[in-house]
Amino acid sequence: MFRIKIKRTIRHTGTVPVSHSSEKVVAVNMAEREERRFAEISRESVKLMAESAGVELGDDVAGLLAEDVCYRLREATQSSSQFMRHAKRRKLTVEDFSRALHWSNVEAICGYGAQDALPFRSVKEGELFFIEDRDINLVELALATNIPKGCAETMVRVNVSYLDGKGNLEPQGTVPTAVQSLSDDMLKYYQQITRAILGEDPHLMKVALLDLQSNSKIAALLPYFVYVISGVKSVSHDLEQLNRLLHMVKSLVQNPYLYLGSYVRSLVSSVMYCILEPLAASINPLNDHWTLRDYAALLLSHIFWTHGDLVSGLYHQILLSLQKVLSDPVRPLCSHYGAVVGLHALGWKAVERVLFPHLPAYWANLQAVLDDYSVSNAQVKADGHKVYGAILVAVERLLKMKALSLSQPAEGGSSSQPGSVLGAMGYRVSSPGLSPPPEPLSEATLGIASHLQVGGAGCPWEEWSPVPLPAMYCELYSFFGDSLAVRFSTGPEFGSYPSCTPSQLSDARKEPPGPTSNPDTTRKMPQLTANLNISPRHDGSPRTDPPPPSLAATG
Amino acid sequence: MAAVQGGLVDAAEEKDIKPEPASDGFGNNNANDGRLLSTSPGSSASTGSNKTVAGASEDQQTLLAVLQFLKKNKLNESVEILRREAGLPEDSLDPKGTDASGAGSGGSSGGVDLEGGDASSLLSRVTVSASAGVQAPTKAAAGEDQPDVSVVLSAYSQQGDPALYEVYYSGLKKFIETVLDCHRAELSQVFYPLFVHMYLELVYNNHESEAKAFFEKFSGDQECYYEDDLRILSSLTKKEHMRGNETLLDFRTSKFVLRISRDSYQLLKRHLQERQNNQIWNIIQEHLYIDIFDGMPRSKSQIDAMSGSLAGEAKREANKAKVYYGLLKEPEIELPLDDEDEEAENEEGKPKKKKPKKDSMGSKSKKQDPNAPSQNRIPLPELKDSDKLDKIMYMKESTKRIRLGPDNLPSICYYSFLNAYQGLTAVDLTDDSSLIAGGFADSTVRVWSVTPKKLRKVKSAADLNLIDKESDDVLERIMDEKTASESKILYGHSGPVYGISFSPDRNYLLSSSEDGTVRLWSLQTFTCLVGYKGHNYPVWDTQFSPHGYYFVSGGHDRVARLWATDHYQPLRMFSGHLADVTCTRFHPNSNYVATGSSDRTIRLWDVLNGNCVRIFTGHKGPIHALAFSPNGKFLASGATDGRVLLWDIGHGLMVGELKGHTDTIYSLRFSRDGEILASGSMDNTVRLWDAMKAFDDLETDDFTAATGHIHLQDNSQELLLGTYMTKSTPVIHLHFTRRNLLLAAGAYNP
Repeated sequence: MFRIKIKRTIRHTGTVPVSHSSEKVVAVNMAEREERRFAEISRESVKLMAESAGVELGDDVAGLLAEDVCYRLREATQSSSQFMRHAKRRKLTVEDFSRALHWSNVEAICGYGAQDALPFRSVKEGELFFIEDRDINLVELALATNIPKGCAETMVRVNVSYLDGKGNLEPQGTVPTAVQSLSDDMLKYYQQITRAILGEDPHLMKVALLDLQSNSKIAALLPYFVYVISGVKSVSHDLEQLNRLLHMVKSLVQNPYLYLGSYVRSLVSSVMYCILEPLAASINPLNDHWTLRDYAALLLSHIFWTHGDLVSGLYHQILLSLQKVLSDPVRPLCSHYGAVVGLHALGWKAVERVLFPHLPAYWANLQAVLDDYSVSNAQVKADGHKVYGAILVAVERLLKMKALSLSQPAEGGSSSQPGSVLGAMGYRVSSPGLSPPPEPLSEATLGIASHLQVGGAGCPWEEWSPVPLPAMYCELYSFFGDSLAVRFSTGPEFGSYPSCTPSQLSDARKEPPGPTSNPDTTRKMPQLTANLNISPRHDGSPRTDPPPPSLAATG
Repeated sequence: MAAVQGGLVDAAEEKDIKPEPASDGFGNNNANDGRLLSTSPGSSASTGSNKTVAGASEDQQTLLAVLQFLKKNKLNESVEILRREAGLPEDSLDPKGTDASGAGSGGSSGGVDLEGGDASSLLSRVTVSASAGVQAPTKAAAGEDQPDVSVVLSAYSQQGDPALYEVYYSGLKKFIETVLDCHRAELSQVFYPLFVHMYLELVYNNHESEAKAFFEKFSGDQECYYEDDLRILSSLTKKEHMRGNETLLDFRTSKFVLRISRDSYQLLKRHLQERQNNQIWNIIQEHLYIDIFDGMPRSKSQIDAMSGSLAGEAKREANKAKVYYGLLKEPEIELPLDDEDEEAENEEGKPKKKKPKKDSMGSKSKKQDPNAPSQNRIPLPELKDSDKLDKIMYMKESTKRIRLGPDNLPSICYYSFLNAYQGLTAVDLTDDSSLIAGGFADSTVRVWSVTPKKLRKVKSAADLNLIDKESDDVLERIMDEKTASESKILYGHSGPVYGISFSPDRNYLLSSSEDGTVRLWSLQTFTCLVGYKGHNYPVWDTQFSPHGYYFVSGGHDRVARLWATDHYQPLRMFSGHLADVTCTRFHPNSNYVATGSSDRTIRLWDVLNGNCVRIFTGHKGPIHALAFSPNGKFLASGATDGRVLLWDIGHGLMVGELKGHTDTIYSLRFSRDGEILASGSMDNTVRLWDAMKAFDDLETDDFTAATGHIHLQDNSQELLLGTYMTKSTPVIHLHFTRRNLLLAAGAYNP
């Protein structure tokens, strides 16, 4: 009886058309996928293998052998699946196969035990396929400072899953990864770092943050740091502490050695807290909680762009909660401010989809605040100006980016698809090295939104369709008037877009601009061009005053 | 083995001697010669008992081959016995032999059994297996004993015109498609075995291309649950391949059993005789066992419910033997009428008292159950003081037990094995839920204490000498406090550990491994005490008897073995499965053992005489979970097909089908009072089923009981009480605590 003898040496000859082990894997897949379709080993392969072992084979002998080898492979595959089943796994491993070979008295093959997939390469000249087997520089490995630690200890942890049999069909998420028992050193490190960051010494804090940002061995501590950060809720009266915690988030996010995994969600919610909540610290107008919100919003966008792919549907969840805050008139203005800067930080697409459609409704409230000149309203009015400024900045960028994207059909094309992340990344389209969209959000849109929308007062951006730029501009102009127009040049190039008169505008949108919108709609509109050279101070525009951010501050 | 009294061992052995050679003498064939041989007597037995199919000459031929083989291996005793057997085949087969004949080889084991057997065949078995040594017996047989294999296969040599096979088959197909509806479903059963045998005949006679064409043309017609077998079949295209292929040999050597009503059978017979379709008629006569019954033909759904196993359905006779499924009487223990204070004091006073336990029996029957085996049917170990203490604990706990029901579902706790990168392959919990053990693919066994009480080793011998042995707390003093830890690792196996089981008294742990051994570990010293060698192939599962002392193991060699902890050789060998024994379970009364197999059947074996007393077919995939109901009346089984089947042991009937899981079921457990069945699966869910309702709704009229034709209603959705998702963790073990809290366990692998 012929038995397959597989020798490692074959691999080194470099002449075998198809490496054995991978052929087996193919056979496995094939056998599982579709019956009666098996991987075949050609007689040429057999001949080459024989040659490499120093044997000359005739065609017919090689053919017979090839057929038999195929059969034996199938047989071994079949029995290896039994080892997989008893190991209670779904994935067939090389080890399963080795065991099957072992029990059919074939010598085991070594060297394929690695967990990660082996890349399959081909050489163009002479149809040669091989598995890449990189050399490992042992010296480098031995002298490496970043020494990988051994696996954490296997342990059993119990959790109460269901009390009194309350069932549920939703997936329950995952167990926290890499639960490790902390060594004393780790514990000390953790204490030192948290003490330094939350302590008084700014220099110490900087050192600690820097280390947190670059230390490669703190994976085990991640859950603890995340826990500390989630303490933002208990220090909402202390801007300084909040700031420090946000810096801690930033350091963790920037640490290249940390895999944040599902902790991203927790971090995001802590950051969102700082952006959106009417913090206790903001009662005192002297406290500059605005800067904190700005910083947190930047951080949010940073987390999203760098780690957004770790949690599916994150983008939509963030948008939803921002939108919810924005559409809640009971919330204080500082919360609204947070929502606006948050949207702004997430990119112009987010602004277009959430803020812009909501603006008419929101404008009424804001206008009422701004129009109240009573003394008791002074503080609120100041806050209102803050929000006004933030909205202005956001929509200006929206207009600018939209114009830019339209004039660059390559990138702009994608922006016309609702939900496309590429569109949402508009302000970054110019950097070519940008990583691809974190996930196909366009598909997730419906799924996520459909079960998150409960409790929300409707999600306008769900059935959102892009508003053409001119219409958008017209509408925004009706709100902001000249303070907006300064950002665009008017000129003779007008014509690429039909001008949009206010009447058209009110046709386009079912409801006319709110009652408090600027009444002088008959005023001659500045004309809009899709000029590439958009600059804030482009000449030709009669009004050169940018909307002063100081306005809100002083007002 | 302090756990077992000396007297008991003797008693057990005395009892054992009579039946032992029977199963051994036969297991001998089975284990060492491979299934090819063992089946020949099997078929002889079945032909003997079976009047419809008889081929005397072929019978003779196979018998001769067997005799020849036995002689060659110097198994003279067996030769003698077999010769005597062959001399008077009709008379020597009593009902017992007949019902076991469904097991193929088991059939004549029953026959030999009556001869009284002799101890020397046991010895010869030992020597043979010893000489076979490391070399795999079954495979060796396949490879080396070619004459015998060819005898088995030679039945295929008679052949018709290969080109006509398609014509024959499609002729029959046409005929069956045109018969009355009521017969069609029944007659369609012959398609699959016929297809396989015709294909194999073509392959055997080197008509490769015809075989391929035949396969292409008709494989699509076969029932989808034969897909796996067809895949194996399709990979086999040459005569040479047939020699080593076990699946094929199984198919060839065990008659495929079909149940067909008399009317349908007459129809088929008449058709084939009219058409002179000898080719097909020969196959039916030689390779099929048609179990004819009088009465209404069965419907398609009835047939589908029962088919799917490797060798067709079980013969009706196979499930006729009486099974004593009742529970043993609980020993009388005076429950000290102490109040809570005293109990607390008691516990604090001697925290180190060992409190082993007996498995729950659900109800404590004071009077003898008529369906229960006699108390000493098999010798059981006597209760030690510590066992009695544990019984008391158990009773106390059970008074606090939550009464479960559809409106009162259990809470579930999940034990997650974290960082189990090496691969968790088996889990077990002690009955009192104080210890959890995991078997791992890296050959280790790890034991954790899930209570605050840490695991401690006994002190070394030198230190033990210094202890005052008269002191009251001597059991506490012998423990070495320095070794206290939350978990202990047991090293010894050289392959993945596929099965583990705690002894009821919590002093021992069993583990079975890919390395072919079962190991017994002490949980006092955390060392290996015994390595039980016998399987020689991966041992997939092992379990302690609920009364301790005995344990069962089953593995790749298709044999389940019954062992006693103080015997290094098995007391019984249960052979008959046509493929790996994948899981093994003891009946709550310790008199029976259930085994599930990759041949998609479940068998129930009598521990007393080694006979197979039940064969359950109906699963469409390898069986990976078994559970007896606490009252011993029912059995639940789960398989890779994601279905749970419920069986009435007394009547030998399938009584329920629970559909819902989408992946292999690895764990089943009844609640302590049997109201709820919990199932755990690879699909990351635990499901709870209303067991009471499933068993109450039974309509076991006499006809159903007599024919075994069940009408299963599809009420899985009504019976499903809840689905519980885990945190992305497959469920590989389930356990109800004594108070009916459900514990689940599995490894989280990101």
